[in-house]
Amino acid sequence: MPAYLVQRLGSALLVMFGVVSLVFLLIHLIPGDPIEVMLGESASGADREALRAALGLNQPLPVQYLDYLGGLLQLDLGTSIHFRRPVSELLLERLPATGLLAAASLLVTVLLALPLGIMAAVRRNTIWDSGAMGFSMLGVSIPNFWLGPLLILVFSLWLGWFPVSGQSGFGSVVLPALTLGTGLTAVLSRMVRSSMLEVLGEDYIRTARAKGLPPHRVVLRHGLRNALLPVITLLGLQLGALLAGAVITETVFSWPGVGLLMIEAIQSRDYPVVQACVLLISLSYVIVNLLTDIAYAWVDPRIRLGTPP
Amino acid sequence: MIRLWLPLVVLLLWAAAALGAQLLPLTPNLIQLEQILATPEAGAVLGYDDLGRAIDARIIVGARTSFLVSIWVVGLSLLVGTLLGTVTAFHGGWWDRVAVLGVDIFLAFPGILLAIALAGLLGPGIGNVVIALTAVGWVGYARLARAQVLSLQHREHVQAAVALGSSKWRIIRRHLLPLMLAPLIVEATFGIAAVVIAEAGLSFLGLGVQPPTASWGAMIRDGARYMLVAPHMVLAPGMAILAVVLSVNLLGDRLRDKLDTRMTARTGTQS
Repeated sequence: MPAYLVQRLGSALLVMFGVVSLVFLLIHLIPGDPIEVMLGESASGADREALRAALGLNQPLPVQYLDYLGGLLQLDLGTSIHFRRPVSELLLERLPATGLLAAASLLVTVLLALPLGIMAAVRRNTIWDSGAMGFSMLGVSIPNFWLGPLLILVFSLWLGWFPVSGQSGFGSVVLPALTLGTGLTAVLSRMVRSSMLEVLGEDYIRTARAKGLPPHRVVLRHGLRNALLPVITLLGLQLGALLAGAVITETVFSWPGVGLLMIEAIQSRDYPVVQACVLLISLSYVIVNLLTDIAYAWVDPRIRLGTPP
Repeated sequence: MIRLWLPLVVLLLWAAAALGAQLLPLTPNLIQLEQILATPEAGAVLGYDDLGRAIDARIIVGARTSFLVSIWVVGLSLLVGTLLGTVTAFHGGWWDRVAVLGVDIFLAFPGILLAIALAGLLGPGIGNVVIALTAVGWVGYARLARAQVLSLQHREHVQAAVALGSSKWRIIRRHLLPLMLAPLIVEATFGIAAVVIAEAGLSFLGLGVQPPTASWGAMIRDGARYMLVAPHMVLAPGMAILAVVLSVNLLGDRLRDKLDTRMTARTGTQS
């Protein structure tokens, strides 16, 4: 276990370092002068030089890079040009909303995907199966930024059950969570189905049935428990898609999270904030994947002992 | 049978609209003030938008945008990713290690997050959309190509070619690439669906094509503001995206079953 842990931790650190470097370079990769883009053509020369000095863009690239890394180690992400406040403060303000949205979407996903996948596997090749898989195909293919407006149209404007947008009270999280969770539900229910089908063909399931256990007990206790491992791995991997999707979903619903902050920052050309948002979302994704892998190794001795599964 | 030909018809319509849009006498940018937000009627089956432009004409021109972007992005990503993945994996050693690290770093940016940031920094325009989406898209093909090379390079015919002293390039071209084609084509098919959604997503965020060029995503963005009075503005472009993406996914599934390539858990780029 320690050897695997060290190796996995090392590669995660290397990737995180690469992510930080790429995000740093992002602002230098674009053609033209970022100062000019941020201030527009009408700005005076003195204003430009002042902003250039404030952002440290007048320094040689290696110096800027070291400054950036040094700042990150102290959780200093620079100052927002638009809000004139530390970027880390802005992120902290927006983080709870994104966390709530992500958690609610995961809940929606688990509540929908497990029953759908199990039903499709147990009633294989029936109308239930094809119905669930048809729904899943539809869920993968429907874009967030269309599903969101559709849900608003039906449930907010026509039926008046939920608020149209913003974060106000308990009901306001329902539609964004449904929007964000649908894509993930679609992917996950397919995984649950195929994993269940594999497990239901095992000998111990036949044994459980043969000794006369009630069907629901066989499926849930003997089947589902063993089918869950690959499902949990996929859930960890798909959390990234969830976080990236949050950027669009938050824009649809004016949900005051990190994703909306990023889009606002792009529109106001507030580059330090854009960089920080990308960094925060990507690094949390890397960390979640690291934790998933470690948890997996902890559960599955084949991985921690280094033999191929 | 309907599951095969219906998607095919949709995709043919998509391609025909994209390639034929310039031949048709369409006026997607013609503003008719008296028609603002008008509901569907005989002259314009899908109604008019908030500036009084015919939505059916804009859907057809939007098909061109999404078609061109997906062909370019998938083509470039396939080329760059396959080349990089194949050459570095076959070369092995440090080349391979650096390439794997590069792929891992790009994979650490979830979904189209990096594309959103890139498109935001580069500014609007169809060329910048292609650049931003290719920067994200090549990674999947590179990873797949590497996995294929690693499993193929111990086959006897490759070993024989190595023993006969064939050049690396010749082995890659004649002995590896032909066998890698099937899974790469399946991946590219699903890639088209992902790019159609991603392009529309960028345009929805205002980071895609420049107005007044029509894009399905930008049409949904404009329509979302008038949903109560003119829901047809949101419904039409959304149906277009859904039809194309669903068709591509259905055909991709068929293709995968037919070519019988075993794919590991796909980490889709749902936006």
